[in-house]
Amino acid sequence: MGYGIEEKLPSGILLSSVEEIVGLSHKSSMWPVTFGLACCAIEMMAVGGPHYDIARFGMERFSASPRQADLMIVAGRVSQKMAPVVRQVYDQMANPKWVISMGVCASSGGMFNNYAIVQGVDHIIPVDIYLPGCPPRPEMLLNAIVQLHKEKVRHRPLGANRAAAAKRAEEAAMAAVPTQLQPATHDHGGYVGKNLLA
Amino acid sequence: MAEEQKGGFFSDLFAPVAGFGVSFATMFRKIPTEEYPEVKWPTAPRYHGRHQLNRHPDGLEKCVGCELCAWACPADAIFVEGADNDDTPVSEGGTGRYSPGERFGRIYQINYLRCIFCGLCIEACPTRALTMTNFYELADDNRADLIFTKEQLLAPLQSGMLAPPHPMAEGMEERDYYLGKVTKATDAQQQWSDEHAAEYTVSSTTTSEGETR
Repeated sequence: MGYGIEEKLPSGILLSSVEEIVGLSHKSSMWPVTFGLACCAIEMMAVGGPHYDIARFGMERFSASPRQADLMIVAGRVSQKMAPVVRQVYDQMANPKWVISMGVCASSGGMFNNYAIVQGVDHIIPVDIYLPGCPPRPEMLLNAIVQLHKEKVRHRPLGANRAAAAKRAEEAAMAAVPTQLQPATHDHGGYVGKNLLA
Repeated sequence: MAEEQKGGFFSDLFAPVAGFGVSFATMFRKIPTEEYPEVKWPTAPRYHGRHQLNRHPDGLEKCVGCELCAWACPADAIFVEGADNDDTPVSEGGTGRYSPGERFGRIYQINYLRCIFCGLCIEACPTRALTMTNFYELADDNRADLIFTKEQLLAPLQSGMLAPPHPMAEGMEERDYYLGKVTKATDAQQQWSDEHAAEYTVSSTTTSEGETR
């Protein structure tokens, strides 16, 4: 869907129906960009095979070109050296675009808590769905895709609604308190203010 | 190879479409696809899925807050903080008994965006308090919600169980729990729980606030 008349429509019943139709078409035809970085990629490829058959979700092919892709499945640990590449591929994708962070390494660094690995791909690109697992079994990836469809794709705001949503998000971001300034939720002595689970 | 190259009249005729034979024959084969969101195939029985904190048959928690799971974890995904069990009444400043024996796990968190489901925590657990289930549908849209707290990990109360805090079964020591001598909550525990439920609602909510992050 390009940015055509649906972006100019006034909000209300008409735009809601358009959002519904656009969401439905996005949901049933969404191409992932190939972004396998490590062992999670093997499970991602398994999802493309006949047993799990990602084509049932309209993902007929893994697009090797970011321009033709809507969804980025970051599968595997992102090293510091790979980070600019991830960002560039993401930037080259056309809007609307979504990101699934597949596996614990992509989501938070996982067990690789060291200087070589980016501690969560959300330091580089916005992530829509985080998927735990090391690696996640193929059903877990399918579950993440179903969640993505349900939460982010089906009712994506358009036009006036999107401007309002962006404004709300910006206000929330401006009002957000950094983690280290948030009140301590534990009363354990000595650790207050330190982020134990970073 | 040599025979194929020779070829008869019919094999030459059908050679260009022979490849379609595979596709055609597939139509009569069994469909291997798992229709995932509608039909879920069971995992292997010992699949490493989401964790569960187990209870003794009378409802007391098995976790003793020893932190061995957190020490064993290669990804530092587990955070445990123990506290002392306390049998003094709440009116005298007691905080309640949550597990048989001396200590219990007051705060228990597993960060599922670090956990690699290796099961080393399960092997480390001395009381079989921590086990793994076959549940795997864990995807979420933010990082904070994937840090599971004690309330989320604790096994639900089953029949014969009482929600802690409550005292141990009368006449039983800690080791009797592990010898299987406690089979369900006794009448005395039930009575104590009925009498003191109101007192501990306050302290239990403060505990749950302390555990939420």
